[in-house]
Amino acid sequence: MSTHLTPAHFRALFEPRGVLVAGVSTHPGKFGFVSLHNILASGYEGTVFGTSREAGEVLGTPVVSDIDALPDDAIDLVFVCTPAAANPDLLRACAKKGIRAAFIASAGYGEAGVEGQAMQAELVALAEELGMLVAGPNGQGVVSTPAHLCAQIVAPYPPSGRIGIASQSGNFISSFLNYAVHTGVGVSRAVSAGNAAAVTIPDFLDFYADDDATDVALAYVEGVQDGRAFFERALSVARRMPLVLVKGGATDGGQRAAASHTGSLASDDRVFDGMCRQAGITRAATIEAAYEAAATFATQPLPKGNRVVVLTTAGGWGVVTADALSRTALDLIQLPDDLRAALDGKLPPRWSRNNPVDLAGAETRDTIPDVLDLIVGHPGVDAVVYLGLGIQSNQAQLMRGGRFYPDHGLERIVDYHERQDARFAHAAAEASVRYDKPVLTATELAVTHPGNAGPAAVRASGRLCYPSANRAVTALEHLWERARHQQVRAR
Amino acid sequence: MPTLSEADSKALLAAHGVAFPDERQAHDGQGAVGAAAEIGHPVVLKLGGAAIAHKTERGLVRLALGDDAAVAAAAEELLAAARPEDGEVHLLVAPMLRGNRELIAGLHHDPQFGMTVMLGVGGILAEAVADVAFRLVPIEPVDGEEMIAELATQRLFADFRGEPAVDRTALVELLVGLSRAAEADERIVGADLNPLIVVDGRPVAVDALVELAS
Repeated sequence: MSTHLTPAHFRALFEPRGVLVAGVSTHPGKFGFVSLHNILASGYEGTVFGTSREAGEVLGTPVVSDIDALPDDAIDLVFVCTPAAANPDLLRACAKKGIRAAFIASAGYGEAGVEGQAMQAELVALAEELGMLVAGPNGQGVVSTPAHLCAQIVAPYPPSGRIGIASQSGNFISSFLNYAVHTGVGVSRAVSAGNAAAVTIPDFLDFYADDDATDVALAYVEGVQDGRAFFERALSVARRMPLVLVKGGATDGGQRAAASHTGSLASDDRVFDGMCRQAGITRAATIEAAYEAAATFATQPLPKGNRVVVLTTAGGWGVVTADALSRTALDLIQLPDDLRAALDGKLPPRWSRNNPVDLAGAETRDTIPDVLDLIVGHPGVDAVVYLGLGIQSNQAQLMRGGRFYPDHGLERIVDYHERQDARFAHAAAEASVRYDKPVLTATELAVTHPGNAGPAAVRASGRLCYPSANRAVTALEHLWERARHQQVRAR
Repeated sequence: MPTLSEADSKALLAAHGVAFPDERQAHDGQGAVGAAAEIGHPVVLKLGGAAIAHKTERGLVRLALGDDAAVAAAAEELLAAARPEDGEVHLLVAPMLRGNRELIAGLHHDPQFGMTVMLGVGGILAEAVADVAFRLVPIEPVDGEEMIAELATQRLFADFRGEPAVDRTALVELLVGLSRAAEADERIVGADLNPLIVVDGRPVAVDALVELAS
């Protein structure tokens, strides 16, 4: 890390009092327009200024041609879209105005041959000299929901939440933010490290680890410059908060692609994997698994043990979920006798009488909330996967859209189904909170019909509705692995 | 890069807590016979020396020598097989150990992460199976336990073909010993314990090769 960086520098980046967009354009297709637009459109409440060759106004924002014309000590962050050659003078002028953080979206640096590499080296030296945080260059931007800030050259602006993201590839900032939009589990901060010239992924993660707005760190990396330093710093982050990491270039083919993308050196992936396990990093296999792991850490308590019960309204789902669990370190327990007896008291005899708890369509009005409470509350159970939410609401949707609605009693049954599914989703979240245990609800309806009363109620509870039981099991396995990692090291 | 002889490799690693079987060095047939008697038959006899790295390929290992005569004959043959470029040589007398399971362990230098400790499933198919786990030096015992748990072939560590389960504590001690050696001695850039034969559940390194920085 550049030695001059302090938490105050990161606050200037993520919680700026004012933002300057350098290189504002009037053309709505140019970065200098889009970034200004995104800052204004996402509800940023600080003062916004622009610079351009011609002074004037763009999107109602004052634009100056000379930085000296800007007020002193009113702006913390400059978002730079100007050509690389213009940036040293620009940053010097910004520093004089009290600006302490810059995000360089401009390309033409380390990724652009020998000349660009020289300019990047100059940029790093200048950052040090000016005592400025200089993120990028060649980066997509920075997002900070506590500040309603969307200073980036592409969409989207995510819902607010507790996940802090740092990525070596700007595209994956977009992908993660799109998952945030899709799942409803939101983001606190997100930053694309670009060429990571003066501020690296571990620098951002280190800030997140002590950031009050962030509970979980999520990172995409393709390679690391100094493996030892990365290990030490990632370990320090992972001790303070869950750190979910996905690595591009895990295979020979991926490594060749990474070498041309970010110039990252190849290490044996098994060494990288061992490093992650040693540091307590949650290493996800895919981008969606990474987001789902982070979203799970952000919204569910850690399990105290690995004893899992599956609750399902139909048999087949339970069977494949049992298979998925059996491939992990999670334990699909035999139902404790007292729990079986308690469930017998609530269910007609055709239920499975073991784990998975398959209700086999035996549920009546209050069965699911009652059964969830019994299972989640049992001292021999550490986590629950709940399957079957939303099926009746799916039928309700078909009825509502059909030509027989609302007659023939359809209106009444549609309302009932949707009320019930919402109630079941709330019951799962409530039991999870009451007993401080993870309860994961999974159904493909979260993707098919996000507006289905079941998945919609899971979202409303602030939690992730997993798009499949397998993905819920993967997320739960990540939770248990972190809990286990901490437990064995606390002994 | 220079390598140490088997005997020196073992001595270096043993100083950091890596356990090896009771072995003796001898310089002639008579010495070898005496050492074998102390260790107990059957024994293994190898020709050792700082310049000898590929004993098996050169036929410098004699297995399962059951009595004094066999030891004396093998000693004579091995000493006669020494080449001028081998420099100073000796005879290494070791107990003949048997087990159905083989593991490998070692130290490797990674270009990004530096020294690492490795544990893997051994045997002739080891390379194809590629069931290995790595950690960065230094490791704690808990890291060693997790390395074992991480290997895909977990059945090898339970009761196996009439042999007891692998003594995980002993294996962890061995891994931690490797780590300690790499941490303490900066000259070490690589080490191979291959094979680690599981003898009555206990992992025993019957060969060792340490590489030093040039």
